[in-house]
Amino acid sequence: MHREKRRRAKLTGWWFFGPFALVFIATVIVPLAYALGLSGFQDKFIGGLQFTGLGNYVKVLTDPALVAGLGRVILFMAIQVPIILLLALLTSIAIDSGKLHFSGLFRIGIFIPYAIPTVVAALMWGYLYGDQFGLVGQFFTGLGLPAPDLLSKDLAIPSMANISIWQFTGYNMLIFYAGLQSIPRELYEAAAIDGAGEFRKAWSIKLPALMPSVLLALFFSVIGGIQLFTEPSILQVLAPTTISNDYTPALYMYNLAVKSGQFEYAAAVAVFMGLVTIAGVLIVQIVLARRSRKALA
Amino acid sequence: MKTATTKKSFLLTAVMTVALVYYLLPLVWLVINSTKSQGDLFSTPGLAFGNSFDLFANIDRLFAYEGGIYGSWLANTLLYAAAGALGSAILCSLGGYALAHFAFPGKKAAFAIIVGAVMVPGSVLALPIFLLCSQVGITNTALAVILPSLANPFALYLMAIFAAQSVPPELLEAARMDGAGELRIFFSIALRLIAPGLVTVTLFQITAAWNNYFLPLIVLNDSGLFPLGVGLAQLNARATQNDSALNAAGLYPTVLVGSLIAIIPLVLAFLLLQRFWRSGLAAGAVKL
Repeated sequence: MHREKRRRAKLTGWWFFGPFALVFIATVIVPLAYALGLSGFQDKFIGGLQFTGLGNYVKVLTDPALVAGLGRVILFMAIQVPIILLLALLTSIAIDSGKLHFSGLFRIGIFIPYAIPTVVAALMWGYLYGDQFGLVGQFFTGLGLPAPDLLSKDLAIPSMANISIWQFTGYNMLIFYAGLQSIPRELYEAAAIDGAGEFRKAWSIKLPALMPSVLLALFFSVIGGIQLFTEPSILQVLAPTTISNDYTPALYMYNLAVKSGQFEYAAAVAVFMGLVTIAGVLIVQIVLARRSRKALA
Repeated sequence: MKTATTKKSFLLTAVMTVALVYYLLPLVWLVINSTKSQGDLFSTPGLAFGNSFDLFANIDRLFAYEGGIYGSWLANTLLYAAAGALGSAILCSLGGYALAHFAFPGKKAAFAIIVGAVMVPGSVLALPIFLLCSQVGITNTALAVILPSLANPFALYLMAIFAAQSVPPELLEAARMDGAGELRIFFSIALRLIAPGLVTVTLFQITAAWNNYFLPLIVLNDSGLFPLGVGLAQLNARATQNDSALNAAGLYPTVLVGSLIAIIPLVLAFLLLQRFWRSGLAAGAVKL
């Protein structure tokens, strides 16, 4: 009887965890398995659905549209990630330093764009960039200069990166700020006694303390960056010649499925995007973990 | 004592003000330009008010557009956000509590899968979810938008951390000694202690629902079911088409004022609930 009771106690956890697990299986595990299964088939004109094993993945890896899209997304991340991290670090250190007048105003003001949905952010910036009633155009015309076409082939990706920088700096800033606030103040006093200046304190105390938060920010930047969809899909209306239907892998996948009904191939693109994301996150983790170990040694 | 009286720097404040202008300028621009007629939009400077103050006229036209469809978008967004936030608050507080305070078979594996799932991009799931929904026959329903937003692995992870930090195991043991049942212990002791964490998770879920674009775009056909994001994108596409027959007065002011109204609820929520989500953000980030 005693054993029976202990067994039941062991299962109590499942009563609490079960509801989440059920919904999670239905909305995450099953769709993933379904995508994986579906990606093994091809819808042939003659004969209907046929199993092709890795056939779709061979197609994915040699699809020039997808490779080009992946290249754009990587460029987007290469611009956006370092700038967001740098701006978030600098602003959080400034707010934490206690040397700012009205520091609360800066904290909330820089964070507010995070509360703006990406669709609205992309709409607004699209208009600001645009030549019709955009601020950028008016600024350059006011100076008597030709306005740059920010949605041209060369500038569209940096312009999208700017939207993302605008939206997410504040979120990362607050995470970093929380990390800085948890550093015991005595550490700074001890460092000051040892003759450390502001820069030395930032490098040797603040930055190492922020490493876990930086890692978290990098994770989410990689995960968010690879699925770049909302910005190009909104800006496509303004710049249809620059932003093609295969501009990013997510846009490509959407159009494959919705516009041309190639569900099996779209599923393979989805699985591929998932694998690229996991690879990206693991690379970040390995590189950063090694760096921070070196820094500690 | 020295830190409490740190000397304020005018230079640093000035530099930060430049940054602040960058972050607030688009919003100021949106507010100003929501008050303009389409004519003024094109003929007056972007950061000055127009010749006429058309804010209320624009709002009227927005809510009259296509039989008041904007009102439906607003109501849909509220529904999707509230249902998603409430549902995931229930699932994640129960699940997080279980991960933090119970040993159960399969827990390690479950935790590993959850952490792994944080890495799976939402748009990767959207396509198979759409195809599965069409097999079950629930595409183009509110359920197809709400259901996939309930089991958020990162929200569960955050709740597990909160529950571990804020509920002392001794308290649970003491309640068990007194003969309280597990459900009663959860509702009368644990739930109260994890409430601040729950506010953070709820707010993030609401933000995610407000931001949700890819999934509703793919699973919904009927524009009467759209959330704000999808609706505004469609409205914007029409405005840009330059179809004068569609709307002689122009649709741009409608898009702008529609965007403005769409952002007000979330901005207010973040401003009013600052105290709660800031501490939540800290706990989640420092722990990882």
